[in-house]
Amino acid sequence: MRTIITVLVLAVLFSSCQNSAKKASNEKVSLTAAGATFPLPFYNLVFKNYTESKGIPVTYGGVGSGGGIRSLTDKVVDFGATDAFLEDDKMAEMPAPIVHIPTCLGAVVITYNLPGIDELKLSNELLEKIFLGEITKWNDPQIAANNPGVTLPVKDILFVHRSDGSGTTQIFSDYLTKISTKWAEKIGAGKSLNWPVGMGAKGNPGVVGTISQTEGAIGYVGSEFAFAQKTQMAQVQNSAGEYVLPTMASISAAAKGNIPDDTRIMLTNSSDPESYPISGFTWIILYKEQAYNGRSLAQAEETVKLLDWMVSPEAQAEAPNVHYAPLTEDAAAKAKAILRTVTFEGKAILN
Amino acid sequence: MNSDKITKIVLFSVSFIILIVAGGIVFSLVGGAIPSFKTFGFGFITSSHWDPTEGRENYGALPFIAGTLITSFAALVISFPLSFATSLFLGEYYRNTRVAKILGTMVDLLAGIPSIVYGLWGFYILRPFLIGIGFENQGFGVLTSSIVLAIMIIPYATSLSNEIISMVPNDLKEAAYSLGSTRYEVIRYVTVPAARSGIFAGYILAFGRALGETMAVTMLIGNSNIIPDGLFSTGNTMASVIANQFGEADGLKLSSLIFIGLLLFVITGIVNSIGKLIIKKMN
Repeated sequence: MRTIITVLVLAVLFSSCQNSAKKASNEKVSLTAAGATFPLPFYNLVFKNYTESKGIPVTYGGVGSGGGIRSLTDKVVDFGATDAFLEDDKMAEMPAPIVHIPTCLGAVVITYNLPGIDELKLSNELLEKIFLGEITKWNDPQIAANNPGVTLPVKDILFVHRSDGSGTTQIFSDYLTKISTKWAEKIGAGKSLNWPVGMGAKGNPGVVGTISQTEGAIGYVGSEFAFAQKTQMAQVQNSAGEYVLPTMASISAAAKGNIPDDTRIMLTNSSDPESYPISGFTWIILYKEQAYNGRSLAQAEETVKLLDWMVSPEAQAEAPNVHYAPLTEDAAAKAKAILRTVTFEGKAILN
Repeated sequence: MNSDKITKIVLFSVSFIILIVAGGIVFSLVGGAIPSFKTFGFGFITSSHWDPTEGRENYGALPFIAGTLITSFAALVISFPLSFATSLFLGEYYRNTRVAKILGTMVDLLAGIPSIVYGLWGFYILRPFLIGIGFENQGFGVLTSSIVLAIMIIPYATSLSNEIISMVPNDLKEAAYSLGSTRYEVIRYVTVPAARSGIFAGYILAFGRALGETMAVTMLIGNSNIIPDGLFSTGNTMASVIANQFGEADGLKLSSLIFIGLLLFVITGIVNSIGKLIIKKMN
C-alpha cells in the first residue's frame, strides 16, 4: 500500500513540476514538498516569490497532512507539511529524527447562516451543547440569554462538519476537548471523529457552500477560507472570559506566552486575554540529518535556506495578504533556532 | 511470422494485461484489508460503530453498506418507469424516426455528463426545490441522492434495453398482429417477454453503476455515518466514505477503508453474478 501511495505522490509531484523541472536542469537544485492543504495559499505565494527572487524552483503538493507525513516517511520530498504536530510516539515511528518548523498561524472560525444576525456570542457551554446536539433550535432560551437584543429565528440548527479528515477538525475538536469534559469523554479530538449530530461536507469549500445554502446551519471552517469568503462569524469566549472575533491580531495573540523550544504545542484555549481561542500553528517537517537517500549538500542547503527565509519578516509580511496570521517574534526566533540544529553529515548547515 | 500469428499474440498479451490488472487490484485490496480483518473479523460487516478518534478506534462498515444498497436500490426503483418507458418509445413505438434519434442522443448525452455536474445540479437546484415543496427540512439525504442517481443511471438502463427491444424479430410481432393483437398486446405478450433478459441485463448494469457512484452522492447524502432510517435520513455510502476519508487516513483506518473497497468489489461481483444467473434462467 505504501508503495502505491508513494508512486501516486510521485506521479502528482512529477506532473505538477514538469515545467519547473525543465528549468532546473540548467540550474542546480529544485525543491519538492507535499502536505497540508490548510496553508496551501500561503505556501503557493511565498514559494512563487522565492522562485522568482532566488531562482530555485519549489513545488508543493497539497495532499493533506497525512499525505505530507507519509511522503516524508517515504523520503520522496525535501520536506513535508502538517497542521497537527507529531506526537512523541509518531516521531519515534519516523525512519530518522525530524524537526517541526512553524510557518504561520491559522484559526478555526465558527460560521453560521442566520440572515440579519451579524453578532452572535457563543459561550463555551453553548458550543458544547450545540455540537453535542443538546440544543437543537436557534430560539433556545439558552442561546437567547447569551445574546440579549438579538431575535433568533424558530429554526432547526443544522451542524455541518467536515466529512474528510482534516487538521481543521483536529484544532476544532482539540478546543472542544479542552473546554468540555463531556465532549472529551464522548467524542475526543482527532482529524476525523464519530460525530454525534449533523452532516458532513467535503473540504472547507463544501462546508461553507452547504452553510451558505442552508438557513440555520452552523459549522467550522479554516480562518483563511472564512476571511476570504467573508462568512458570518461567531464570537467565541476565550479562557479569560472575553468574547473574541477571529482577526489577524487575535489569532497571532494565541502564540503569546510559553511556546516550547521545539514549538510542538496546540495553541487552543490560549491564556492571553486578547487571543482567539481556536487558533493553531501549521508546521513544516523535515529530517534533522539532511544527508539521506544520496541527497547533495546543495540540496540540503537550499532546503534549509528556504525555510529560514519563510520565517523571516519578509516572508511573514505576506501572510496576512492571503489571510494567515504571521508568527510572533518569539515563535519565529524559536523556528530559526531549530533550523540551526539541522545538519548535513553531522555539521550544522546554517550558522 | 504471418499476420495471423501476430494478431493472436497481440490479442493474447493484451487480454493477459487486463487479467493481471484485475488480479493485481484484488491482490492489493486483500493485502491492504488484512490488518483490519485481523482486528475486527467478520464483525466489520455487521458493526455500525465507526469511530476514528485515536485511542478508541473502532470501525464497522454496516452504515456504508446499508447506505450504498438503499440509495442504489431506490435509484433503480425511481429510474425504472422513466427508462422503461423511454426504451419502449425508442425501440418500439417510434423506432427509426427522427424524434427517436434526437431523444436517443439526449439519453446518451446524460451518460457523458460528469458526475460532479450532477452533484452540483442536485445541490443547487434539486435540493432547494425539495425544501421548497416542503418535502424535506434541509434537503440532504437518501431521497435527494437517489433521485440524482436515478437520473444518472437512466442511460445505462435505457440504451441496452432499447437495443434489445428493437432487435425483437419482426416475424414474431407480425404473427401477433395477424392474430388480431393490438399494439399494446404485442408489446405486452411478444416484445417484452422476448427481450426480457436483455432488459434485465440493462438494469443490472445500471444498478452496478449506482453502487459505485461517488462524487454526486457525496455532495448530497449528508455524509453522516449512520444507518439511514428512512428516505429523508442522511447517511453515507461505501464509495463516498472512501473518497472522503482516504486522504488523511493511516494505520487501521486506512486498512478499514481498503476493506470497504474490497467489500464494494465483492458486492458488485455478487450483483453481477446474480444478474447473469437470472438472465440464464430467463433464456
